[in-house]
Amino acid sequence: MCGIAGYLASTRSDLPAEKLLENMIRVLAHRGPDEHGFHAEKSAGLAHTRLSILDLAGGQQPMANDDETVWISFNGEIFNYIELREDLKQRGYRFRTSSDTEVILRLYEENGADCIKQLNGDFAIAIWDGRRKRLMLARDRMGVRPIYFTRNEGGLYFASEVKALLQVPGISAELDPVALDQIFTFWFPLAPRTAFKNIQEIPPAHILLAQNGHVELRPYWSLDYPDIGSREDQCDENEIAEELRYLLEDATRIRLRSDVPVGAYLSGGLDSSILAAVVNEIAPDRLRTFSVTFESNEFDESEFQNEMVRALGTDHEATLCTGNDIGAIFREVIHSTERPVLRSAPAPLFALSRHAREHGFKVVLSGEGADEVFAGYDIFKEAKLRRFCARQPGSKFRPLLFKRLYPYLPNLQKQSQKYLEAFFKIGMGDKNDPLYSHLPRFRTTSSAKLFFSADLKDELKGYDALEELRNSLPDNFTRWHPLSQAQYLETAHLLPGYILSSQGDRVSMAHSIEGRYPFLDHRVVEFAAKIPPELKMRGLHEKYILRKAMSKLLPKEISNRPKQPYRAPDALSFLGDNAPDYVAELLSEKELAKTGYFNAKAVGKLHAKCEARQQGTGFHDNQAFLGILSTQLLDKEFCSNPGS
Amino acid sequence: MQTNTEHDIRVFIAKNFLFSDDFGTLDAECSLLETDIINSIGVLELVMFLEEHFNIKVKDAEVVPENLDSIKAMVAYLQDKSPNVDVRTNV
Repeated sequence: MCGIAGYLASTRSDLPAEKLLENMIRVLAHRGPDEHGFHAEKSAGLAHTRLSILDLAGGQQPMANDDETVWISFNGEIFNYIELREDLKQRGYRFRTSSDTEVILRLYEENGADCIKQLNGDFAIAIWDGRRKRLMLARDRMGVRPIYFTRNEGGLYFASEVKALLQVPGISAELDPVALDQIFTFWFPLAPRTAFKNIQEIPPAHILLAQNGHVELRPYWSLDYPDIGSREDQCDENEIAEELRYLLEDATRIRLRSDVPVGAYLSGGLDSSILAAVVNEIAPDRLRTFSVTFESNEFDESEFQNEMVRALGTDHEATLCTGNDIGAIFREVIHSTERPVLRSAPAPLFALSRHAREHGFKVVLSGEGADEVFAGYDIFKEAKLRRFCARQPGSKFRPLLFKRLYPYLPNLQKQSQKYLEAFFKIGMGDKNDPLYSHLPRFRTTSSAKLFFSADLKDELKGYDALEELRNSLPDNFTRWHPLSQAQYLETAHLLPGYILSSQGDRVSMAHSIEGRYPFLDHRVVEFAAKIPPELKMRGLHEKYILRKAMSKLLPKEISNRPKQPYRAPDALSFLGDNAPDYVAELLSEKELAKTGYFNAKAVGKLHAKCEARQQGTGFHDNQAFLGILSTQLLDKEFCSNPGS
Repeated sequence: MQTNTEHDIRVFIAKNFLFSDDFGTLDAECSLLETDIINSIGVLELVMFLEEHFNIKVKDAEVVPENLDSIKAMVAYLQDKSPNVDVRTNV
């Protein structure tokens, strides 16, 4: 795991190429503190900062082919590199190192850009092909590793994080109003858009090819589901469970490939427990596990974490994350996420990564992705129930099931049945809307746009984020089962746009921790997409087939445990006597007027309301507060005061 | 023309849910749910306000959209609940 950066046809004559690369890679040192390297030509340059995990002695980058006409700078891991290497060796290729980087290089020499399709891994790759005078940038299928780019005065610049691009003279950060609208609707900007104007990201499963002044961005893989009613997937439930177990064990096994110790995050939920149990079966050493705990019972999962630790006998370390801790680190968190967030949840994961690093670890397994791939979230149940009720709108009994949704949200559970029905029935009839499953969530999130300033609202006049998302969906989307449609929205959008970035790569790599996600092995994802929806959600029982496949490895209390999503204290972390100093400053009328994104008077009232209510702050207000505060922080860190 | 009851409800909604001093423009019949002005905890805040401000007790069975989902519905509910609630015209 590492950081990469570089350029194609830089026209910055005011700065020597080596110096430019050095400036860019220096601000990515947290991603790879072990060593760094450059390769600079007039036409192109690559830089690399390394977190040594495989082939500690021989894997230096940028790496060249034998005649030094092709150069690679690569961030990530290719988990099937051993098999690919053997295959290449049998075809006569010789290797100078035992690294996965050299495997990519040889594959590229043989197959060109198509080599990406053979890789099973999490990667952001830059290859400069001097023979073709072509730059290739590529990103893994699920969007685990990031890569950003921008064009300026004829040059193209790229890097693992936006902050490296801001080291290029002439490139500055300005928040993009459309991105703000999208983040305050979906929680993330729609790739390739980022929070910043004129800076884009390579979307997951895409390749960028730049040659002769022409830039092409194209997909090399896409998430696909069977058409509704097609029964090609019809087969025995036990066989599906068996195949799934084999795939998941193999995905975990190859993710243990490392020349440094691999630990695991343990949330106490089903997914991380499955991984810990699988590792326990296939690896001889005692597994080191890490978890974050909270003071409030509403968020804390210690009881279940301890149960798994006892059951598996792992060597466990827990770190307590208080509201004060969240407030204290939030500024650094936003410096890492490089986008506003509407929840504080990235902060405890930032603290957890720091904790794992302090214990000497560079690599951890995580259960991320299982809820998307196997339909674990309550939003899938909610959509199913809304459709169930819409089939018979006058039914008195069907809406009683709404009480089963979101058992972990106390304020929702306090509602009268009539009000619950009223909440969930909004938009219930829009069954043909492709965003049907997510409209309630998008509406709830969008309420925070109430605080946008008149100028920002003016700038956004006529723009509709929902319509842009609808228009971006694949042609065959409407032919999929409703559960598959909802899963696509989570897996292809929220997962890379928020979970794997703001709660994943960005907060873990802030402390040089590489997260590995067996549930997101593309073989698992492709197999799961073909599993009949009723085996993923049986009735209102989520992740049915996953539980069935893996239940033998887990204590019953864990395998039957209902989904408890990871959440953390939100606005409360920034209120009261212990509120960090920056909160009052950034939410002051003066600062809000200076940045211009929000209505200062309205924000003042929100802040006062949150202060008055503290723990009683509601979901809408929490989201708005976090969104406003993080936007202000982002502006301060990147736009108003760059380089601070 | 607004009653004092309606005026007080409007001020509460404007300040508490719309974070605004502009309490005159909201349509009295507009659904607070469908316009996303109120969410789950918003209803509880509303009930607390009605109890404290109008000195009434809202029974669980009365926490239904028919009573609380618009300004007009709330005024009617309050009049029904407590005929002594001040319904003078606010001039």
